[in-house]
This record gives sequence, structure tokens and C-alpha cells, in this order.
Amino acid sequence: MTSISPGSEETLIDSSIKFQPERLINQIFRWVTIVMAVSVGVILLWITYSLLQIALPAIQAFGLGFLTNSTWNPVEEIYGTFPQIYGTILSAFLALLFAVPLGVGVAVFLTENFLPPKVVTPIAFIMELLAAIPSVVYGLWGIFVFLPAIRPALQVINKAFGWIPFFSTVPGGRHLFGASLVLAIMILPTIVAISRDTMTSLPPQLRQGAYGLGATRWETITRVLVPAGLSGIIGSVMLALGRAVGETMALAMLVGNANKANISWFSPASTIASLIANQFGEASGLQKSSLFYGALILMILTLLVNILAQMIVGRFQQVE
Amino acid sequence: MNPSTRPSSTSDTLTNDNIVIRTENVSIFYGAFQAVRNVFLDVPKHNVVALIGPSGCGKSTLLRCYNRLNDLIPGARVEGKISYQGVDLYDPKIDPVEVRRRIGMVFQKANPFPKSIYENVAFGARINGFKGNMDELVERSLRGAALWDEVKDKLKESGLSLSGGQQQRLCIARTIAIEPEVILMDEPCSALDPISTLRVEDLMHELKKRFTIIIVTHNMQQASRVADMTAFFNAEATEGGSRFGYLVEYDKTYNIFNSPKQQATQDYVSGRFG
Repeated sequence: MTSISPGSEETLIDSSIKFQPERLINQIFRWVTIVMAVSVGVILLWITYSLLQIALPAIQAFGLGFLTNSTWNPVEEIYGTFPQIYGTILSAFLALLFAVPLGVGVAVFLTENFLPPKVVTPIAFIMELLAAIPSVVYGLWGIFVFLPAIRPALQVINKAFGWIPFFSTVPGGRHLFGASLVLAIMILPTIVAISRDTMTSLPPQLRQGAYGLGATRWETITRVLVPAGLSGIIGSVMLALGRAVGETMALAMLVGNANKANISWFSPASTIASLIANQFGEASGLQKSSLFYGALILMILTLLVNILAQMIVGRFQQVE
Repeated sequence: MNPSTRPSSTSDTLTNDNIVIRTENVSIFYGAFQAVRNVFLDVPKHNVVALIGPSGCGKSTLLRCYNRLNDLIPGARVEGKISYQGVDLYDPKIDPVEVRRRIGMVFQKANPFPKSIYENVAFGARINGFKGNMDELVERSLRGAALWDEVKDKLKESGLSLSGGQQQRLCIARTIAIEPEVILMDEPCSALDPISTLRVEDLMHELKKRFTIIIVTHNMQQASRVADMTAFFNAEATEGGSRFGYLVEYDKTYNIFNSPKQQATQDYVSGRFG
């Protein structure tokens, strides 16, 4: 007791009053991070609020019929985005159809000792470069190189399988199918990168356990490793889906921008993002309001995809 | 001791008939690095053979060669001859997958698959194209691993929900479900508590009636409790500074622990190093 004299108390008080630069920096840093954290939320709220506010006249005018109506008529001021919603979902779905098997396959191929590390590193690097290409470059390449290149093949498919509704139109210069293929290339790096991380992070004991029971490499991959890494793989697919749904520039250039929902994949189509990109310049009044309504739908769509992704990933993690 | 000379062994007491695995002058390399040098070791049927020795003496490396699991490590190479029931395991015509179906393995760290308990046991049988009654096989294997009573009501739950000792017995069940002839165990109890360890050791006494077991262990008491035969490995430094392992002595477990012929064995089992 005697050791705690009033004198030592005084020095305690003194030191807190004394100017301490570290303390000040700490305080400033704290406030800066709080402001930054809050500003992210504020911006999100601001965007949502303005979307809702500007879309309101269109929401009041068309209600949910906006989702099912195929007319986009600025002269008579009637707007509906059914073809765009259809095109958005179908192009994203087709892109996934090609990108998922390819992406998971590449990820497995890069991780399961098929190739020496000297080859894996450059391939992985190239995959990452693929993600760095601006989407307008993809669009330009697609329109002048890729679509003309695949056209003869698509014409053959149309001739041979034209009786199947999906291939029933003769492919022209721009179409949903070609746009979806380019989209598949664009989302491929996302699937490969995340699936690959998942596969490499699996404990090596799993691999040895399967091999030790006499599983072949194929059985080890398909029955043990891919199921064990399923949550990561699904997560990568969902992220890719989010990107595919929102992708704008390349699709606006490639999809053909036809305001019609066509069952045939070889016909021109439209997506919500491409519609907005094409029309925002001259839009005003109810048309502008309708574009904002479309943007709102797009935002809700990507939000749903993300929520779904979280749910699926969470569910598989529970099983593990 | 010169490691290239053949260590004393009891091979004179063994007939060719009851030798399951024969190791003749085996050296194992990782690239240019020699990990194990000139091992001669015969494994008799329905015996538990323990491989003991200090870290880095190559006992796990050797174990992994018996079911060709070292194939998975790039640059791993085996010289000499390892034969299983008279067949050279490293003959180019041999399919390593087939070898692993006959010579099963239990690992140091329990590694159940992220599947249900049932599917963990059924996995090996399924990939082997098992046609019989799967429920029965799963029950029999789990009983064989002394795990059935603890898990019979929760076969659908994840194998990862079990305790460490239960997981290791699940891995044993998974291995005996493919009906191998030999089971390799790589320090199967090193991550288990003493009670779980005793259960696995009891299990080994039971299992050797049906299988031949080769176990790598750091625990000398364990070797003396479970093994019929014990091989002592030691490590030696080369001029280049790297270390290689070699077999010092292989004999009946009782002899290794009570009257070893080599001084190094005597020093190791009496706890003077390692």
C-alpha cells in the first residue's frame, strides 16, 4: 500500500496530459477508418436511393408488367424489358455452360500434377492476364475476329440441327450465342483462379488417402477432391455469374441489340446492360426513368445471385 | 558400422512360403539425394512388423514404397527389389493402383474424406466395383475396426464429426473394407491420446489374424507391445552433409529390446539417443 504514493498518481495524470504524437496519430487513424467505412455504406445507399427515386415514375406507370412486356417504344412512351431480362439470364447461363466445365477442368489440370511446375506457372499467369483485358477489347475482337471465325461452324450446326428451336435461325453477324461464348472467355479466369485456390488448399492427406485405397487419379479427382472443394468451386461459379449478368460493353457490341426475345440462340438479342449502354445518351423523361427501372432490376438480379452464392457455399461448408 | 553390409536378420527362421513382402538391397532416392540405403527386410505373414528409429532414418519413406505411394512424389526412385508374394512391385508391367488395392495404408494424421461415415467406408469398395451387400460390408468393416458400436446410429453423419481416435479407426475401417492383404501404418497413433492409442493397439492384435501389418512408430513401448518383429533404422550423415537412413538390425521384437546385437540398437532402445 505504501508503495502507491500520491506522487506516483501524479505522474500517471501527467503522462496522460502530456502531448503524445503516437496517441494523436492513433486517434486520427481511427477516425479516418470510420469515415471510410461509413462512406462505403453511404455510397451504396445513395445509389440505391437515386435508382429508386428516378425509376419511380416508370414503376408507377408500368408496375411489374415492366418485367413481362416486350415493347420498348419511346414514341408512344411504352416500356417493358422482357427481352432484356431474358437475354441477360440466357447469355449468362450459356456462358456458364461453357465456362464452368472448362474452368474447373483447367483448375484441376493445373493443380493435380498433370504438368510440371515450369509449365503451370506461365499458364496460370496467362489465365490471370485474360482477366485483365478490358471488356471493350473483348468486344472489338469478338466482332471483327471471333464471330466471323465461328460463323461457318454455326451455319453447319444450323443446317444440321435447325429443327431444334435453339439453332433455328441462320446465324448473322451478331447473335446471342457468339456473345455468350465471348462472355464465357471473360468469366473463365474467375472460375479458374478461385477453383484452383480451392484445390491447392485441400489437405494433401485427402489425396494420399484416396490413392492409398487404390483410387486412380481420375477417381481421386472426381470422387474426393472435387466434392471436397465444391464450396469453393460453387463460389467461383457464382462470382462468375455475377460478372456475366452485369457485363456491359462486350455484350452491347456483340449481342445485336434486337428488342425481341427469340428462342433461337443464333438470333440477335439484348440484355439489360446493353440496353442501358445503348440508350442512356438520348433518354429523358419516362424513358430515362425506365432505364433506371431496368438498372434496379439488374441490381436486384446480381444481389440475388450473390445471396444464393452465400447460401450454397454455407450449406456445403456445413456438410464438410 | 558399414551400412552396406547386410544386417543380421532372422531370415534363416523364415521359409519362403510365409514371407509376404521381401525387400532386397533397396535404396530410395529423391532426385540425386539418397534417402535410404541398401535395406534387406522380409515381412512374414500375419505378423506385425515395427519400423523404429530416429527422425530422418527413412522408415516412413520405405513404408511408402511398399504400396508405391512414393510414386506420387516427383523424382522419387527405388533401386533394388521389393517383391510382394514373389512379384516385383516395381516391374514396369505392375499397375500401382492395383498394388494399393492389395496393400492398404493408414496415415499418421487421420484423413477421413469429407463424406458420411458410411461413404467413407464404402469408398474403397465402390471404386473397386464391389457388387455385394454394401451395408453388410460397412458394418463388418466398422466392427473390424472396433468402431461399430460408437457410430451405428449416425452412419449418415460426416466422418469429420468424429473424435481423433474415432477418425483414425474409421480410416482403419476404410482400409480393411477393401480387404487388402497387407496394411501399412505410418505412425497411426502419434496424434492420439493414450486411451485411443491403446484401442488402436488392441485392434492391431485382432487385425493381424487376418492381415499382415507393417507399422512405423516413434514410440518404442508401442513397438514392444504390438510388434512380432522389429526393424531398427538409423541415420548417418554423408560427406556432403545430407543424411541417409539404413537398416541397423532386424529381429524378433523381444531380441531387439532385450538382447540387440548392435551397439546402436542398444543405445536407441535404452533411450540414449533418438
